[in-house]
Amino acid sequence: MGGRGKAGPGLRAVRGCGRCGAGAPLTDTVPLQVVPGADPSARQLCFAWGPAEVLVCETLFGRAGTGDGAPSSSCVFVVRRDQDIYIQTLRKLFNESHGIFMGLQRSEEELAGKSRKAQLVQVSKNYRSVIRACMEDMHQAAVSTQDPALQGQYSTQVSILSAMELIWNLCEILFVESATAGPLLLRLLDWVRLHVCDVDSMVREVLSSESPSKHKLFWNVVDVFVLQGRMDEARHLLSKEASANPTSMNMYKILDDLMKKMPVPSLSNTQTLTELELKWQHWHEECQRYLQDGTFASNPHMESICKILLGDEDAILEKKELMTTWYHFLVTRLLYSHPTVKPLELRFYAQSSMDLFLGGESSPEPLDMILMAAFEFEMHQVIKECSIVLSNWWFVAHLTDLLDHCKLLQSHNLYFGSNMREFLLLEYASGLFSHHSLWQLGVDYFDHCPEYGRVYLELHIERIPLSTEQKALKVLRICEQRQMHEQVRSICKIMAMKALRNNRLGSALSWSIRAKDAAFATLISDRFLKDYSERGCFSDLDLIDNLGPSMLLSDRLTFLGKYREFHRLYGEKRFPEAARLLLTLMTAHIAPCSFWMTLLTDALPLLEQKEVIFSAEQTYELMRCLEDLTAGNPDKQKFQEDDIETTKVEMLRLALARNLARVIVKEGTVEGS
Amino acid sequence: MFVARSIAADHRDLIHDVSFDFHGRRMATCSSDQSVKVWDKSENGDWHCTASWKTHSGSVWRVTWAHPEFGQVLASCSFDRTAAVWEEIVGESNDKLRGQSHWVKRTTLVDSRTSVTDVKFAPKHMGLMLATCSADGVVRIYEAPDVMNLSQWSLQHEISCKLSCSCISWNPSSSRAHSPMIAVGSDDNSPNILAKVQIYEYNENTRKYAKAEALMTVSDPVHDIAFAPNLGRSFHILAVATKDVRIFTLKPLRKELTSSGGLTKFEIHIVAQFDNHNSQVWRVSWNITGTVLASSGDDGCVRLWKANYMDNWKCTGILKGNGSPVNGSSQQGIFNASLGSANTSLQNSLNGSSASR
Repeated sequence: MGGRGKAGPGLRAVRGCGRCGAGAPLTDTVPLQVVPGADPSARQLCFAWGPAEVLVCETLFGRAGTGDGAPSSSCVFVVRRDQDIYIQTLRKLFNESHGIFMGLQRSEEELAGKSRKAQLVQVSKNYRSVIRACMEDMHQAAVSTQDPALQGQYSTQVSILSAMELIWNLCEILFVESATAGPLLLRLLDWVRLHVCDVDSMVREVLSSESPSKHKLFWNVVDVFVLQGRMDEARHLLSKEASANPTSMNMYKILDDLMKKMPVPSLSNTQTLTELELKWQHWHEECQRYLQDGTFASNPHMESICKILLGDEDAILEKKELMTTWYHFLVTRLLYSHPTVKPLELRFYAQSSMDLFLGGESSPEPLDMILMAAFEFEMHQVIKECSIVLSNWWFVAHLTDLLDHCKLLQSHNLYFGSNMREFLLLEYASGLFSHHSLWQLGVDYFDHCPEYGRVYLELHIERIPLSTEQKALKVLRICEQRQMHEQVRSICKIMAMKALRNNRLGSALSWSIRAKDAAFATLISDRFLKDYSERGCFSDLDLIDNLGPSMLLSDRLTFLGKYREFHRLYGEKRFPEAARLLLTLMTAHIAPCSFWMTLLTDALPLLEQKEVIFSAEQTYELMRCLEDLTAGNPDKQKFQEDDIETTKVEMLRLALARNLARVIVKEGTVEGS
Repeated sequence: MFVARSIAADHRDLIHDVSFDFHGRRMATCSSDQSVKVWDKSENGDWHCTASWKTHSGSVWRVTWAHPEFGQVLASCSFDRTAAVWEEIVGESNDKLRGQSHWVKRTTLVDSRTSVTDVKFAPKHMGLMLATCSADGVVRIYEAPDVMNLSQWSLQHEISCKLSCSCISWNPSSSRAHSPMIAVGSDDNSPNILAKVQIYEYNENTRKYAKAEALMTVSDPVHDIAFAPNLGRSFHILAVATKDVRIFTLKPLRKELTSSGGLTKFEIHIVAQFDNHNSQVWRVSWNITGTVLASSGDDGCVRLWKANYMDNWKCTGILKGNGSPVNGSSQQGIFNASLGSANTSLQNSLNGSSASR
């Protein structure tokens, strides 16, 4: 119970901060954020949007600088929007409500009538229990901290959560469950008992005292029980007092009897409303009789209780301090004068109860307005008002979604945000995306916004910093699951570029294969080949050996893969296969011309094997390749001037000629035999 | 909203522009001290200046990041009549140890004969392109055909706008239905009634940019202009900073209904107009989803504007300086003490009342 806070002051606190812009002309409801340092009379602000933050910096527009070279004191300010997202203790709220939200989206719409309603009520209760758990944590945090400022923050948060739960609970009764006359009153009584807890400590103090009936607050506690309709507890206390006062035993007995006999609505359908009203009328008359014949005249406490039982407004209002709020007064009043109140009659009683209770002394707080709107069944108004005073989108987004699942919201068709539900969910999820880890919850919310969820997700997810490969893979998976091809491509491209900049060729290649980026794969393949030409060996063999069909992404990549295959075959001494592949690389124009010389040089050791490997036809092909290269090369000069190149060409010609001689002899021999 | 951090920028003169990179992990500032600084956000959220170098021989008006698909690339423009493209070099272990990075100039774009007032990279689907505009009224569009060689930029288009240009904005839509489009604002303040916002569209047939529209209703000097992210809509949203903040929608009409040879005509509506800054508005910019517009004006405030689900635009937040000196050291967290601080956008977005006041 420790976590229970007082709802009233909580929302007062909310109001205090929420209206910090009050007073300024034209901006009466616009919150103002002060940027320290900047002087609005002399300077302006330049700014930049980021995915999660806004940068703000002092400047002068339309002017060059002072030019005096003096250091400027200007600061860049990092401004964030969704503050609650960063509160550590609220993470539980975001995390656990996400599970409930997802369950609700999956829930069986087909369940009809009662079972569907029961399901929705259960969802509502689950949300509330998360709020309560969070409140409990926040309360613990407030108690355990030594820092008074922090304590203040936690307490404020407790009261805000408490107010949220109070509102949610009322919405649950009125909208989700849509309790009917009879059960409605019982629900409202539970609601009041759960939330009006200012008197709890007094009750505890009296009950735990040695002799409760002698306690100076004894009658207050009895009154509290009566006002909240907790008859059994009230009677139990009274019996203690009675046994201490044998003289007035009779009076107690009568009152006890009246309280015992008070007809109450039942949740089951065993009695009809008419039956109840009849019984209630009867009982009411009996109370009236006792009051009029002065049975309780000797005891003002008991007389006042009897008046309360009769629903006497003045008598109830006298106990204002014990009820603390107008909505408690409303429920007490209903209990003793209109126990079979119908949902649609609530608005009249609520309005008059508030007026009577506040009595013109104080004006209604935002919380009062929200509850009033609920009693008036103005669902839209409730959400609007909540939006104004609460500091996060969590509450309105989840409540609206639930109400929408109850089929209670008529849609507002507008060009952005198909309806209020989606509008609020989009805002909430966008807020989650400004947090470095909560964004993952946001994905699921976007998934359940049919109109703009996808495009919002696309815009947000590509901004998630890809600080590590793991994080990139996580983001990538989310995009792949949703067939967001452009985002997948872009993420892979960014990663490929990053890897390339850091000279991690293998990683760059695998990212560009993933991105299906042919141009980039070509570029990286060239780097691999250049590295090979310079160092004579390949890096990232694993990757290149296992390219598989992705090799076909670009010609150069195909060549890289095939060329590496040639080296493997050669290494495994599968010379004929290696030779055939080598030749194909040139004849099928898979190899870039710039690489032919390297390939021909690679042919040298094959030509010089003891065994003849290239057939005559293949040798002619090789010769043609060599001549094409030396003749067709516009850079003919190069071949002539470069000694090494010239020597290479000469060596090749020699080797080819020798091979041709050997092969002719060999082939002639074979044919001849 | 709350100020989470303040960073002493340490420029030697007025700062003219701040710019976030695509992921919000880096930022760049530029100043009349002719330098650009790059700042990196560390894992714990602190910002460190990792590079600071002289970029121009005059005030640097704007600095902007290319999409990370093209690597770590910045463009700047200056009073010195040039724009420049910069690339970060990975390497030198010395630099890394000192937490410094090295930026090299890849190109200087020298075609302008007057101050280059704005520079913007094109949407990435168009490749590595950038546009500049200058006080002599010319918009220039450059392209780097080889994204791996940033020293090669070719001047693809020169659009003469006839009026001194102050700002440009590319239409970010990547939809095939929309041709590349660029909006140009002019701060020409001679007394005339010429339209200060012109919209140029790329024509596939002529391979040229041609004027598709002029916003005749904007005849006062324009200081900034911004297309909103498209969100898959058929129409475009354009924000204009002039003597007030204006938001226009541009709805393409079907091409065959127009006479001007393949150019799209637009049905233009003004959907919001705010004079809350009381005087000149200098900057407008959209958040990443194009749902919130920020504007900055002579009143020293940044104001945030948002449409609710009923399409009513309202101010949902204000950032304003308090005129007090900032405490010396950088990196202090100036957290707003109250946890319950207003959820501003929430508040106003749900108020169904009328938009402008």
